Amino acid sequence: MMNVLKAVSTPVPKRLRDLIREIRSSRTAADERAVVNKECATIRDSFRDQDNTYRCRNVAKLLYIHMLGYPAHFGQLECMKLIASPKFTDKRIGYLGAMLLLDERQDVHLLITNSLKNDLNHQTQYIQSLALCTLGAICSTEMSRDLAGEVEKMIKSSNAYIKKKAILCAFGIIRKVPDLMEMYIPATRSLLNEKNHGVLLTAVCLITEMSEKSPDTLHHFRKVCLVPQLVRILKNLIMAGYSPEHDVSGVSDPFLQVKILRLLRILGHNDAEASETMNDILAQVATNTDTSKNVGHAILYEIVLTIMGIQSEAGLRVLAVNILGRFLLNNDKNIRYVALNTLLRVVNADYNAVQRHRTTIVDCLKDPDVSIRRRAIELSFALINHNNIRGMMKELLLFLETCDPEFKSDCCSNIVMAASKYSPNKRWHIDTVLKVLTTAGNYIKGDVVTIAIQLVSETSSLHAYSVQQLYRALYSDITQQPLAQVAAWCIGEYGELLNTPSGEDEEPLHVTEDEVITLLERVLSNNNSAVVTKEYVITALMKLSSRFPASTLRLKQIIAIYGSSTNVELQQRSVEYTNVFSKFDHIRSALLEHMPLIEAHPHSLDVSYQEKNDYSSLLSESVSRPAQENVLSTLPTENGLFDLISSNGIQPAPHVETGKGGIAADLLDLLGDMPPVQNTVVPPVNDLLDNFLQPPAHQNNLVNGTSYLPVVTAFNKDGLLIEFNCQRANNDATKTVINMTATNSSQFPMLDFVFQAAVPKSFQLNLQSPSGNRLLPNNAGHVTQVIQLNNPQKQPIRMRLRITYTQNGRSINEMGEVSTFPSELWQ
Amino acid sequence: MMQFMLLFSRQGKLRLQKWFTAYPDRTKKKITRELIALVLARKPKMCSFLEWKDLKIVYKRYASLYFCCAIENDDNELLTLEVIHRYVELLDKYFGSVCELDIIFNFEKAYFMLDEFLLGGEVQETSKKNVLKAIAAQDLLQEESEEPKGFFEDFGFMTGN
Repeated sequence: MMNVLKAVSTPVPKRLRDLIREIRSSRTAADERAVVNKECATIRDSFRDQDNTYRCRNVAKLLYIHMLGYPAHFGQLECMKLIASPKFTDKRIGYLGAMLLLDERQDVHLLITNSLKNDLNHQTQYIQSLALCTLGAICSTEMSRDLAGEVEKMIKSSNAYIKKKAILCAFGIIRKVPDLMEMYIPATRSLLNEKNHGVLLTAVCLITEMSEKSPDTLHHFRKVCLVPQLVRILKNLIMAGYSPEHDVSGVSDPFLQVKILRLLRILGHNDAEASETMNDILAQVATNTDTSKNVGHAILYEIVLTIMGIQSEAGLRVLAVNILGRFLLNNDKNIRYVALNTLLRVVNADYNAVQRHRTTIVDCLKDPDVSIRRRAIELSFALINHNNIRGMMKELLLFLETCDPEFKSDCCSNIVMAASKYSPNKRWHIDTVLKVLTTAGNYIKGDVVTIAIQLVSETSSLHAYSVQQLYRALYSDITQQPLAQVAAWCIGEYGELLNTPSGEDEEPLHVTEDEVITLLERVLSNNNSAVVTKEYVITALMKLSSRFPASTLRLKQIIAIYGSSTNVELQQRSVEYTNVFSKFDHIRSALLEHMPLIEAHPHSLDVSYQEKNDYSSLLSESVSRPAQENVLSTLPTENGLFDLISSNGIQPAPHVETGKGGIAADLLDLLGDMPPVQNTVVPPVNDLLDNFLQPPAHQNNLVNGTSYLPVVTAFNKDGLLIEFNCQRANNDATKTVINMTATNSSQFPMLDFVFQAAVPKSFQLNLQSPSGNRLLPNNAGHVTQVIQLNNPQKQPIRMRLRITYTQNGRSINEMGEVSTFPSELWQ
Repeated sequence: MMQFMLLFSRQGKLRLQKWFTAYPDRTKKKITRELIALVLARKPKMCSFLEWKDLKIVYKRYASLYFCCAIENDDNELLTLEVIHRYVELLDKYFGSVCELDIIFNFEKAYFMLDEFLLGGEVQETSKKNVLKAIAAQDLLQEESEEPKGFFEDFGFMTGN
């Protein structure tokens, strides 16, 4: 009687089914929240009352509420109580709740470990199974250590149902705590003799994980003849007749086949004997698998990876790539995706075979599916070479025009990189880079701007052509920042060539000085122009004052406006340039001469990069350099200028780096003591006027090829590489300027790096101060130093080197001799 | 190894979540939201794979329900489609032409089925018959352990003391 009364006073909790109905019938999110909150409150009350009868139902409801996204952690302890209950229903829901509500970080884990230990030893296999399943899902490091022994015992169980689950628990434990692996190695040996597919499958999983984690274990498995055993299992699978239990659309247990193939790949990798043992069966599976359904393709996909991953026969490799070729033509998108993905993985192993499928791959660039396009674009870049660059580039540029923004910036950088590697000629190269600049607009990263300027500058025969094309491009669109930067730099540098016939089949431009200046002024005053762009433009205008003497006054006025700019950098440039107009007008035209050829960044155009990885790290390196630095490092003339001004008591330029360009330091030094300099370096003004009438002497220099002298490798040992880039100074055979660049390709930094040089008595040597004394590892930085050499007798140059540095606390002393200087320097 | 499996409806409602790697609850919610949005935004003719962080997402739609698995880089995407299909077949055999409502109202049963098919993110049993047999035996065990309450209990009366 009492019980009845109690039952009436506390209403029976809603059934799960009713709660779900009620939640589903709520019209609005607010309604739903109200229902859930009310129910949660009731459930809490019931938990507080230590109600045993309805705990299971309440936890089940809580799990549903949890799935809807509401907090349900107050149910964690109740799950523990359910697990401890003797009733199977309670345990089933309790363990389910533990898997859903607990994660590794919970303190409740201590509690559950104890329950798990009890249930693992239960006499009912389904209760053991619940415990194993939970262990597999939420196994933490402590749990692994506490329960590893129990699991090992269960692997030896004669009951296949428990055995397979215990094996997968061991798999999870090893993933979590690899040093527990030892314990399971002895038990694995006999597992592959089992007939039960569940046990075989899970055993192969476990062995795979062990072999991947530890080379020693891998070696052990090779030694105990695992390969022939696996080959036998695989053979039995495909030779045995139809078995309805394990058949999937005519393929015998694909789950097991795929797992075995993957393990074979690991065992056969870099092992000739193991590879030899599996050749036949691989060929058999590859030719006999029925490919009318997805499942057959799943197996072929795995087998291709295995064939390419082991030391397989040549014939087998051809077969594998042909399978991928067939995949590419398949109507099923999934199979095409897999083909592209796999071709990218095998492209290094069999370049020519992949190359044969190029047209199909390039067609995938137009696929509406982003997953496919992403695979195709990566593969396309990997397939570019000297022979197909023109065709490929056409497709890639087309892709660049239409692709999603997320692809654009990487795509640009990769196109530019591929173009510098494989360009058939300079004109094509410049056209391609220009096309990138005009197509991808503001998605272009800073590295492309640097490379583009470098390219135009070093291609002296196409200066006129380049500057005219850039002018046209800028004229039609001034909003694209990278284009505006490159164009501004080139117009400033080669403005006088705008109306010169370029020698190419293009019509020459007919623009007046005023039109050019107006265009640059538009960029400068455009609100949407980036500050960096404006910096480029203001410097370009300054340079134009010597290219367009008649417009000097107008240029001076435009530059002066920015003397009151709120941007410090622009203001400073403006003020400094204005000062050059007034106080240093006599040297202005000399200061603004054509820039010497920009020294190539040691990596940016390196052709020897083959590995994709290097490729990408290279990109990130260039990108990480701030744009600001780009501006300064490409304009060494101005660097000298800043310092010149500062030495005259005007406000010094606070953050100008002079260490970067050797030429800048050189110029600076010469200008340091003025009177003699004017005679030696700076040509008199009428010379400059002459320059307008005939090709300037400096350009002759470039054309004659002095600047193209090969780089001399002066020293190369233990990762330390020292290179000399030599030039005649001022085209004088008695004077040589050597730019030394030291890089460190080893794993460790080189500190206190000191470079010294000595020459025979007939020479005079002047070493400038180095840009630094530490060399970061993996070519992550460099030290440059300028060496000036006076060679009055025009003797062949010889030089002795002494290099000291410390690495890993060890100080290292090296000597060297260089006599391989190009003879053009003194002849 | 499979890292997690999500079932959700065309309206973006989560119907089942199985995690084989430990994530904090907040991360789980974030991942779920993100993936549901990503998958639902894809057109029907597109391929079943997505690259997401360092995982591969394999999804397939069955009627109104999406089955979505996250696998690791070395795993076979095409085979994962077979894993999904096998799970659907198992549910179908168990419920008898399964539909979304079956999974909503019997979500615990759907979890039990998954736990007999996968363990720790790997397939544990490739025979459909064995999986269904294990489930049937456990359902029986559950019935036996329940005291016959039924009718009276649901109307608020308790039996015994």
